[in-house]
Order: sequence, then structure tokens, then C-alpha cells
Amino acid sequence: MVQWPTLYMFLQSMANAISIGSLYALVAIGYTMVYGILRLINFAHGDIFMMSMYFAFYLVAAFALPWYISFPLAILATGIMGIIVERSAYRPLRDAPRISLLISSIGVSYLFQNFAVVVFSGIQKQFPQVPFLQEMVVIGKVRIQVLTFVMPVVTAVFVAALLFLVNKTKVGMAMRASSKDFETSRLMGIDVNRIISVTFAVGSMLAALGAIMWGLKYPKIDPYVGSMPGLKCFIAAVIGGIGNINGAVVGAMLLGFIEIMIVLFLPALSAYKDAFAFVALIAILLFRPTGLLGEKKADKV
Amino acid sequence: MKRLVAIGLVFAMALTALAGCGGGGGGGQTSGGGGGGETDVIKIGVFQPLTGAYSAGGTIEVQGVDLAKKYCEEKFGKLLGKEVELVIVDNKSDTVEAATAAAKLVEDDKVDIVLGSWGSGLCMAGGDSFKNSKTIAIGASCTNPNVTIGNDYYYRICFLDPFQGTVLANYAYNTLGATKVAAIYEATNDYAVGLYNFFKEAFETLGGEIVETQMYQTEDQDFNSQILTVMAKEPEIIFAPGVESAAAIMMRQTREAGYNDVIFMGGDTWETPMLIDLGGEFVEGCIVTTFFDPAAPLNDITAEFVELYTAEYGTPPAAFTALGFDSYLTAFQAITEAGSTDSDAIMAVLENIVVKGVTGDIAFNEIGDAIKNMAVLKTVQNGEFVFMDTVTIE
Repeated sequence: MVQWPTLYMFLQSMANAISIGSLYALVAIGYTMVYGILRLINFAHGDIFMMSMYFAFYLVAAFALPWYISFPLAILATGIMGIIVERSAYRPLRDAPRISLLISSIGVSYLFQNFAVVVFSGIQKQFPQVPFLQEMVVIGKVRIQVLTFVMPVVTAVFVAALLFLVNKTKVGMAMRASSKDFETSRLMGIDVNRIISVTFAVGSMLAALGAIMWGLKYPKIDPYVGSMPGLKCFIAAVIGGIGNINGAVVGAMLLGFIEIMIVLFLPALSAYKDAFAFVALIAILLFRPTGLLGEKKADKV
Repeated sequence: MKRLVAIGLVFAMALTALAGCGGGGGGGQTSGGGGGGETDVIKIGVFQPLTGAYSAGGTIEVQGVDLAKKYCEEKFGKLLGKEVELVIVDNKSDTVEAATAAAKLVEDDKVDIVLGSWGSGLCMAGGDSFKNSKTIAIGASCTNPNVTIGNDYYYRICFLDPFQGTVLANYAYNTLGATKVAAIYEATNDYAVGLYNFFKEAFETLGGEIVETQMYQTEDQDFNSQILTVMAKEPEIIFAPGVESAAAIMMRQTREAGYNDVIFMGGDTWETPMLIDLGGEFVEGCIVTTFFDPAAPLNDITAEFVELYTAEYGTPPAAFTALGFDSYLTAFQAITEAGSTDSDAIMAVLENIVVKGVTGDIAFNEIGDAIKNMAVLKTVQNGEFVFMDTVTIE
């Protein structure tokens, strides 16, 4: 049952695990940031991910823009979309019970999926490719795509930038304050609504970045392409401790490793790869409900 | 203002949901006479995956049905003096959704006959509804034997997987001279599991060996681990029956991992434009079995069909389109000969019918399967499917 891989297979899988983990990290951060501030699990996040893939696709396919213009534009458009979603679906419910927000986010998710089926059609499309990222680097027997190196680097850069934003800037301080207590933050002169908009924009833009790299690695787009990555990244965020940005990165990396290594060591279970993400979720909820890096929080009274 | 936006959004949502239901259905609401079941239209249900993983195959099959409707209207006029209405439902590439969609076709739309679906698993999921409501269904490209076994109301016009598996195994062993084959198949697809088993049986009987077997799920997009495991056993061929989008990505990842010599083989599901769109240069040289080759017309209807399709869509038709076309022809001819839309009358006709279709003559055996013993082998060259060989097994 257990297969002992050769060193070469192990190293190759290691590279795969790091690259897929860094993809998960970018999307997981969006979940964690929104949860940190609104205590909302944004179920529409996976569909925002999907929409940004379509944005990038159409900017390249319909407007014939080169990738280095269209990808940043797609990221920007997704950021704006994140703000619009927040304004129209979440802000009107600011004082409503949290469950209403949750239901609203599920509604947004279905809205996007159906919108995509109607407008973009249900047939899969091919994500535009960037040739130099597809090239292979050969180290000994291990062959690694340039993209596989690029993904963790891009993730690291943007996570560093995000941590700087959250920890060192005024906006970040306002974000942290809002995540503790809206009322008090307002009293201190923080425009909480604006801060929430910024949070959504940043989270959505990171998801878009993740989506674009996802598309470069797995070039199939369809209206439901966001649901599985969305779920898995949510799990990654929970494993790491939802609400904690470092935790999201750790959880995502861990999830990437679990997925790749289980299939490597137990090839008979290859068809159940997705199940392990959920097993990991159950395990973490049973034994450490606040996640690996999450702090225990007392409920606000 | 906020409230206005929210209300607007709710409306938008409702609209898209509605549009989703009607999606490509061409209306699908004519309630007709209502009373004694006497209506002035004949409703033909089209049961196909138009969204999800199998949408590419489903969509091109619907093109064939559409084209056949136009062709018959032009050539034969009305059917039994009535207009034909296509009721297209999307089974969403999902077996649960397929059961619901099938129930909708027979209960709400009360269609007279059903065509489809792409994907044997989807057919089986819908089969019970058709059987219980005594509605005849004609499958176009569903190749798993279990679609028609135990269901008197399900017919099909294509060859079956035991045959297809044998053709592929023979080609691998005799023509390519391969003795070591690895398989990576779609575990959640009845068709793929069945075809893998038939291939394995035939290949091992010939004296070959299946050196490694791996599985994946329909929506999976990362096959690197499976490829590594499989390639460690140094197979000459990877047999990968399953959905074409997964196969395309699998081939890409295999070539990118540096395995350039291993040959990919797959079944009929691969022959869609999607395989080439997604796989690009990486799918060059893969070998598929399919039903039909537009470059070698079998009869005058084939030629007419190829011309019609090319005029409408600008590319040569795929085999699924041809089968979709034939499924409509079969339904049209059966209803004409039966002189009614009564299921028993149609079944009596189908027993002895010979339909001259674009994929050859169609006649049914006692199980309801088409008697076909010819398969076409194709490969991908310069971004196109090219004819390789015709295989007949007696």
C-alpha cells in the first residue's frame, strides 16, 4: 500500500507542493482578512476567484492585450468588484445578525456562478498562457517549470507587502482596530466602512493574483472553477487559524503538502485527494478549533 | 440608495436564475392543449450536460440534434403533421442533477421521446425516470453497457465499451507492439471505470500487462503525483479514459515533466475541440477511438451532413455531433413509422428499424443497442484530429 518514492520523485513532489501551497495561501488570505474584520465567512470568495479568471481571459482574448497589461487590469477589476460586492451585499446588513451576512454571501456566490453560466457559457475555456513561464528548468533529473518558482516568490512578496500594510501603516492600524471593535473604532474617528472596503479590495485582489497563477498552472476555466479552490482555501484558513494572516499562509502550505504527499506515498488513494483536505479540517476542528496559530477569543458581550 | 442597489441586485439574481433554467432551452414552456394529452407539437427532450465538466461534449452533441431538426424540417416537413419542439435540459455533468433533469423532462415537460445524454453515468442516473414513465430514450454517445441493460426504454446508436476496449487493446498490443500499459482513469465516471476494465481484460488476454493504475476525480487539475507514480513503472502507453479536459491537462503535465515518449490513448470522449484547445501542442500524437470520420463519408447522408455542418459552424463536425444528428433521425423515423408518439408503438418499430444515418446504418438488437462493429482510430496532428485507421471486430 505504502509506496516509498525515490529521492527524485520526492523532490519533484516537494516543488509541486510548495507551488500549490503558495497558490492556496493567496486565496486563503482573503478569507482570513474578511473574517478578521467582519466575522464573516465570505462564501463568494471562490467565485470572485472565478470571475477574475474570466476577466483575465477576456482582456487577453477579446481585447488582445498582452498579459503584462491584462493581468494587472484583471486584478484591479477584481478589487473593484470586491468593493461592489461588499457595498451591495454586505454593507446593508451591517447591523443584521451575522447569519444574514453568511446567507447573503451564499447568494452572491450563486449569483456569480449563474451570471457566468449565462454570460460566459458553461463550456470550459482555456486560460491564456505566458510562454516563458511554461519553460522548464532542469536540475539533475528534476524538471521544474519556471512558473513553479515564480509562484512562491510572488506569494512571498505580496504576503510581505500585506503584512507591512496591516502592521505598519495607518490603514493597517485602522484594520486591526476595526477587527477588535467597530463601535470603539468609530469613536476614535476611523471610517469603518472605508476600512472594510479596503479589506475587501485587498482580499479580492490577492484572490485574483492567485486565480491568475492558478490559470497559468491549470488552464481550464469554467463557471464552477472557483468552488473547489474556494473550499480548500477556506479549509487552509481554518487550519491556520481563521482571522490570522500568518496562519492562512501556514495552513495553505500544510494543505498543499498533505494533498501532494498523500498521493505520493499512498498512490492507491489518488482518487480521494480532495477528501484529505476535509479530513484535515475535521481533525483540526476536533483537536484545535482555533487553528494552528489562532488565539482563543472571548466572545464579545 | 443602498436599498435600491440591493433590490436591483436581487432582481439581477432572479433574472440570471431564470435564464439559467431556460438556458438554451428555446423556451420550453409551451403547455399546449393540456387536456387529453392531444397537443399540436411533438416534444423531443434533449438531455445533455451543457455546464460543468462534460459541457463541451454535450454542447456539440446538441448541435447535431439542432442540425438534424432543421434537416428533417426541410426534407420531410412536419412530423405526423405536427411541429417538433426541442426541450433542452441541462443535466449539469452531475448524476444527481441528471436524475432531477430527467424527472423534469418526463413530469413537467411531458416530452414524447428523449435524446441523450453524453456520458453514460448521466444516462444511468436519468434512466429510471424514463423507464418509470415509459418514455423512450435514445442515447447518442453513451457507451457503457449498463445504460441499456435492464432498461427496455433506453436505446443507443453507438458502439459499446467492451468493443471499444478491445479495439484499443488490440491496437496497443498488435499495432504499437506495447506490452506495458499504465492507466490513469476518472474514478467518478461510470464510463471511464467501465472502459478501463474492458481494456484491461482485453489487453491481459492478449498477453500484455497493466503495470500501474491510478485514479482521479472529474474536477481534478493536478495529476503530477499520479504521473510520477505511473512513470516509475516505465510504461509504453498511458491509457487514460475519462473527461477530455482532464486528459488534456494530464498530457500537458506529463510532457512538462519530461516524459516525451509515452503514448496516450483514450476513448471516444476525447474527440472534442476542447482536448486540443486545452492541451495545445501537448496532445499531439494521442490516440483515440471514435465513431465517425467526416473525411470519409459512408453514404450520401454523411456528405450532406458534413456540408450542412461546415456551412453552419465553419469546422468539420466531430463524431458526437454526427451521433446527435443520428439520434434525431432515428427518433424522427421511428415516430413516422409508428404513426404515433405512443411508446409501445415506437418500441415495436424500433425492433426492426433500419435507419440510414450519417454514422452508418442503425439497427437495434434485443437489448436496445445499435449493432455496430466498426470503430475509427484517430490521432492529433498539427492541432487537428486525423484519421488513422478503421477497425472492425466480428
